[in-house]
Amino acid sequence: MASMNASALPHDLDHRRRQAVFAAVNRTALTNIALFLGVLVYLAYAWVAFDVSGLISSARPERAVLLATDSVAHKVHVTKSLRTDDVEVTVEGERTATYETPPEWVEMSPQTVHADLGNGYTVQITDHTVHFDVPGYGLITIEATADEGIVTTLPEGPTPSWLRATPAKFDARPTLTRRVQVSRARIEVHRFFLGWENFFFPFRSELNAYSAGELWSLAFSEDRLTEDLPNWRYILGTFWDNPDWQHGNVFVALLETLLMAVLGTLTAAFVGLPLALLAARNFTPARILQFFVRRLFDFLRGIDMLIWSLIFIRAFGLGPLTGALAIAFTDTGTLGKLFSEALENIDERQVEGVRSTGGNKLQVYRFGVIPQILPIFLSQGLYYLESNTRSATVIGALGAGGIGLMLVETMRTSRDWENTLYIIILTVILVMAMDSLSGWIRRRLIHGREAK
Amino acid sequence: MSVVSGLTSELSRAERRRQLYSMALAAILFAILVFGYGQANAMNSGGFIQGLYKFFEYPSEIVIEAWQARGEFLGLMIRFLPALIETLNIAAVATILGGAFGMVFAFLGASNLAVWPAVVPFARRTMDMMRAFPELIIALFLIFVLGTSPVPAMIAVALHTTGALGKQFSEVNENIDRNAIEGLQACGASWLQRIRFAILPQVLPNYLSYFMLRFEINVRASAILGFVGAGGIGSEMRRTIGWGKGAGDETAALFLLLILSIFAIDQTSSYLRRRLTGSGEVG
Repeated sequence: MASMNASALPHDLDHRRRQAVFAAVNRTALTNIALFLGVLVYLAYAWVAFDVSGLISSARPERAVLLATDSVAHKVHVTKSLRTDDVEVTVEGERTATYETPPEWVEMSPQTVHADLGNGYTVQITDHTVHFDVPGYGLITIEATADEGIVTTLPEGPTPSWLRATPAKFDARPTLTRRVQVSRARIEVHRFFLGWENFFFPFRSELNAYSAGELWSLAFSEDRLTEDLPNWRYILGTFWDNPDWQHGNVFVALLETLLMAVLGTLTAAFVGLPLALLAARNFTPARILQFFVRRLFDFLRGIDMLIWSLIFIRAFGLGPLTGALAIAFTDTGTLGKLFSEALENIDERQVEGVRSTGGNKLQVYRFGVIPQILPIFLSQGLYYLESNTRSATVIGALGAGGIGLMLVETMRTSRDWENTLYIIILTVILVMAMDSLSGWIRRRLIHGREAK
Repeated sequence: MSVVSGLTSELSRAERRRQLYSMALAAILFAILVFGYGQANAMNSGGFIQGLYKFFEYPSEIVIEAWQARGEFLGLMIRFLPALIETLNIAAVATILGGAFGMVFAFLGASNLAVWPAVVPFARRTMDMMRAFPELIIALFLIFVLGTSPVPAMIAVALHTTGALGKQFSEVNENIDRNAIEGLQACGASWLQRIRFAILPQVLPNYLSYFMLRFEINVRASAILGFVGAGGIGSEMRRTIGWGKGAGDETAALFLLLILSIFAIDQTSSYLRRRLTGSGEVG
């Protein structure tokens, strides 16, 4: 009996303990499940609040396809004005990019214009009548008349979705790369070609005739293309001032954005550090000063970059100074707070050591304090530099200028998506370059020093 | 003797060289500041000096108009509350989704957990891409395709959050104590059980702390993206500011709402983070 009791008791205790453990585990599991369900309920509410189902039905995925096509392709317009009966073949409808002799797929005679859109798609314009031959569908005849508007004759059967015909306008785009439009004013035929047109030199420039190798040798040759400039400056200048791509303006805008980020971050770091000394418990000369500097940090951070930007845009107008000041104001608060916390957490022994060897106040700071917070100062400064490069693009879009504003403007006019894509690529390259540069410097400075 | 003196001179030479580098770096930074501000001032449409006069003009204009409308000011703030809630919703959903995906990426990208070693570099590069890609571009593109709605901003912020939180989470994962995992492994716990009982209890407090910090950042980002056309408090601001004079009271109400909510979130999150991580330090 006694022996049985002795073995049962610990077993019982063990059992109770185990139950307690499992109860605790189950309790946390239950809380977690409840939390998870709460999050799901919230997401469901957000689904309704954001009207996601309405959004899905009204989304226009064809716009994404359009954008994707247009941003990697360029189109050649064949335009016939119905007022003057003139026919022009242009790149992207630009007056400055008109072909003097039409490309081989366009045949022009005094009466008719014949455009071969490839794969059997052909367009024939005779006087004010267009015959559009679509393989697999049939021949569409469109006639622009003075009194009845645009009269369209379609083949038998239902109207396809790529075609819209009203008396005011005819618009057909049977494939992504072929389009015919007729309005009362003009007939337009678009054919898309892959690639960015006139990326390097303007349409009219004679430099288009040379290959890359020829241009390279031409750049350093003594025979001048123009009287007053050396060749390399002429070639570079032609590229720089290309009216369609505006390489020069895009570069200046990128520089403005970079300037905003660099100036803003540097200013914030150099203003934030001395202020952080006042705000740190162990360095402040007076408690009241510490209180006020801390509230100043909270104020600068709390106003938020958006509001600072709006105020500075009002005061200083468009430009990098505006963006730089907006970043500097916000981040003086953020960096100041971070630095003051770092200062409060430093190792006092090093400071004591310098003081005990008879170092004066300046030497205590120089050898006791600065070496301890320098890694934090540098790594946080660099981290904010890279995040501010991103912020600077957004601040620019609010109206401060730089690449952000340029991006918003080209997107809003949505005329040439290849320009938008070009700007996007350059912006992403800039941001990523700053990202890896700051990461590289951080690793070199901080970890490199630690390793030694 | 000569060895010691040689060492001393070597050391002092190294010290001098380092001082020289530091001085050079400081001089370069100073030059960037001076030259940069000169350049920025020249590129700006409004100059610095004229701007200084106008700097207080706008805030004081807003404050005066708000003071004149002080009777209805509270009503105005309540009227704009739905816009604020929309911005907060954008930030919250983006943080939740970003946090969830970030967690997946963090487990895939942490080298010491090695769920699937082949995808570690791939997961890391994806996170880098998501972090570096500017939110503005994604938001503008999605606004163009989906139309004006909070969803584009939410997706844009969520993508960035996935990258940012994923990186921070994976750093947390890499710093965990392996003893608990090995203990459980010795008891024959499965992979899922090891994650559930050995890893999650260690990492969750840090996760939550980063999560709340990110929420605060995302509220700011959502407000800014609203200004570009994504709805919420930002687009209301754009409207009232676009009217110019006369809407100062509405602008003031919006500013105050945003400042108050950011302040509240900032205070709550730093309090909670201090409690979660247990120490006085704030990440």
